[in-house]
Amino acid sequence: MSRPSDYIDSRPELPDGGAPARNVPLNAVGWARWAWTQLTSMRTALVLLLLLAIAAVPGSLVPQRSSDPNGVSQYFVNNPQLAPVLDWFGMFEVYSSVWFSAIYILLFISLIGCVVPRAKHHWEAMRSQPPATPMRLDRLPGFVTLESTATSDETMAAAERALRTARYRVQRFDRDAPSLSAERGYIRETGNLVFHLSLVGVLVAVAFGGGFGYTGQRTVVSGQSFVNTLASYDSFNPGRWFHDGQLDPFSVRLDDLAVTYETENSAALGQPIDYLASVTVTEPDGSEEPRAIRVNDPLRTNGADIYLLGNGYAPTLTVRDPAGNVVFTDSVPFLPQDAKLTSLGVIKIPDGLASQIGMVGFFYPTQAEGANKAYYSAFPDLEYPMVTLNVFSGDLGLDAGKPTSVYQLDTSTMTQLNGRKVGTESIELRPGETEDLPNGLGTVTFDDARGANATTSDYTGSVKRFASLQIHHDPSRTWVLVFSLTALAGLLTSLFVARRRLWVKILDDGRRIELAGLARGDDPRLESAIADISRQLPSSRPTEGTVG
Amino acid sequence: MTLDELSLVALYSAMAVYALAFMAFAIDLARRSATVERELEYRTSASLRVGVSLTALAALLHFAAAMLRGFAAHRVPWANMYEFAMTGTLLIVSVFLVVIWVSKVDLRFLGTFITGLVLLFLGVASVNFYVAVVPLPPALQSAWLVIHVFVATSATGFFALGFALSVLQLLQSRRETAGTGPRFLATLPDAERLENFAYRINIVGFILWTFTLMAGAIWAERAWGRYWGWDTKEVWTFIIWTLFAGYIHARATRGWRGTRASWLAIVGFSAVIFNFTVVNLFFKGLHAYSGLS
Ligand code: HEM
Repeated sequence: MSRPSDYIDSRPELPDGGAPARNVPLNAVGWARWAWTQLTSMRTALVLLLLLAIAAVPGSLVPQRSSDPNGVSQYFVNNPQLAPVLDWFGMFEVYSSVWFSAIYILLFISLIGCVVPRAKHHWEAMRSQPPATPMRLDRLPGFVTLESTATSDETMAAAERALRTARYRVQRFDRDAPSLSAERGYIRETGNLVFHLSLVGVLVAVAFGGGFGYTGQRTVVSGQSFVNTLASYDSFNPGRWFHDGQLDPFSVRLDDLAVTYETENSAALGQPIDYLASVTVTEPDGSEEPRAIRVNDPLRTNGADIYLLGNGYAPTLTVRDPAGNVVFTDSVPFLPQDAKLTSLGVIKIPDGLASQIGMVGFFYPTQAEGANKAYYSAFPDLEYPMVTLNVFSGDLGLDAGKPTSVYQLDTSTMTQLNGRKVGTESIELRPGETEDLPNGLGTVTFDDARGANATTSDYTGSVKRFASLQIHHDPSRTWVLVFSLTALAGLLTSLFVARRRLWVKILDDGRRIELAGLARGDDPRLESAIADISRQLPSSRPTEGTVG
Repeated sequence: MTLDELSLVALYSAMAVYALAFMAFAIDLARRSATVERELEYRTSASLRVGVSLTALAALLHFAAAMLRGFAAHRVPWANMYEFAMTGTLLIVSVFLVVIWVSKVDLRFLGTFITGLVLLFLGVASVNFYVAVVPLPPALQSAWLVIHVFVATSATGFFALGFALSVLQLLQSRRETAGTGPRFLATLPDAERLENFAYRINIVGFILWTFTLMAGAIWAERAWGRYWGWDTKEVWTFIIWTLFAGYIHARATRGWRGTRASWLAIVGFSAVIFNFTVVNLFFKGLHAYSGLS
């Protein structure tokens, strides 16, 4: 059997759907064969395709852990009753859920079960000659009769030439009358098979890439480096078969992150126009090379691809004890909260001061004051930068062994020392300024990144930026692309190449010529193809049918 | 007047002319019904030719509007909902004009549907989606924007025609079996031929959509660090692709060719429209480029 029995051009199906006949004992083999026939039928393929489309829908309605983990947490907060139920059904991981996987795995089993026998059949068909000319052509589509004055041999020769030029495979038969049987467009079926097999290729390549690849994130402040080892990632998602040895120990230093903002168009003031991260890559062998990373233009090095996915400011803050000893100094990434880069950051100082302190800070690249006296940022670039800090004292919870985020401060067991809530001012600092911490704990300085060149008339460059980099390795990406392209090529061939059979029969010693054709699959040009051939036959004119 | 204002003027003029074209096509349908009622033979009416000419004229104005918008923005005019709608509908009309010009079969009877659809979209877009010209955010600054979006909207043009033909196929086959439905159907090709046209047009759309999906993946790999991540828009692109793959299979499955296949084409095009409207406006994801907030 070459095609599924419910393929549109196959012989009609048995009324009972091909189930084992009643009088045959229903043994296991019989049922297995029946089940296999069902699974590899066109109807099953169709239903599974539609099921797959439907099954994909919920993943667009509910946030997914893979693409939007924060959205999932938020969903649990907003819908405490519903979320666990949805979770049980795998709704937050639709595309790796059991039911979604079941559908596409069945679909691909069906596909292989369908394609393999067809490939075998097609292989044989391609090497065999066109089938014998039917006895009667007049029932077939595109039937025409011509009258001719040429000899039978002349007509045969002309017809054969015309057919071969039009890339038909031609076979002569002389049963009842001399005739030519021709077929073209075998490549249509080849294209169809290539398309379906390429889909299998895509699936396998995607699975392979997911298994051996990895994705990691790392925030790097300008001037800092990042070494490609497991320990230096902020977060890391390895594939199932990943092992540490896959990481090449190259390193990347962020030399500068330049951001250009729109300053003229009033409808888009402050919209970012360009990001350019200038980096230096140090190869495992020690050689250095300056490179660039842009949005849409990742850095590809050592089998890894490095993307610039986010950016923000990392104010440099220094805390000293009352004696003037530095107990903390670092450029702290503040996470952007809005398009104008009002940013939120946390500083934790467990040691060196009279008590453990934590600071929650806001950074405004261009600080402005709203009607309610609240500060906001009016522009994302460094026009008038300010950091405000609220200080908390108490247990930072770092010793409890619980993992804590560097971007979050749990203030539930801490005492707030300053800020609106306790009726005092927050600490407000511009680059270069120092202020006292409350309760005589010490001082805090907002260091100007320009060092000795600092001025207060222009703040450009006064605060460092950070870049969020994503480092990604996918060993099979190229294969996914190759199989996609062969799928596309197969698709084009199978949808646009016509496959048809054509017959030329010579009757009455050459005085009458009959032509007819048969389309296999959709073929809008069957009739014009017949007309084309008939026009190339010697001195003939139609007597029946139309020659367009 | 700024270039963008000129673009709006051109667009409103185009809409006025589309409205006239719509009326001309509607008159043609009415005449078809009338000839059937009087049991006369339908000959292509003057209003049909007027409709096509007006559509072509409106398309020129529409093209000017898109070009002016592009010049105003110094980039391709398809970077937010308003521009997608403007350029997308232009492509739908262009696909229609090219198809009726190339096709040996007279498909001009689709004019009412196409001009109506385009008018509806342009109306909604210019009233609800209009945004001033703004520069491209960095993620959109890519040659792939030009290719990916252009091909996706062309595919939409073909799916729109395929949709209209499939709807007519359903009506026609009901008329053929039950004898009900609008009278002008009698002047249109029979259900089987309508279905064949729908198929030929939908497969072009399907190829373009396949290409859209692949180009999108290549672009996503460059911009977001992965070629496929089940972002909402990726999900819907996949759903649409799968639906049309189902449609093509249906055509080759006994018992599914005909009415059921037509329904699939209709569902497929509805998903395309849903993807463009509801998903763009209300679903959260990386593709949040509607330019509206
Ligand atoms: C991942 C699942 C599948 C997808 C996405 C898919 C997609 C397609 C597409 C796009 C076509 C039209 C282009 C062409 O002919 O090459 C097609 C045709 C075809 N497919 Fe599939 N297919 C899938 C699975 C299957 C399965 C499981 C079967 C067998 C039961 C099957 C049998 C066929 C046949 C016989 C045709 C030719 C239709 C015709 O003659 O017009 N396909 N498929």
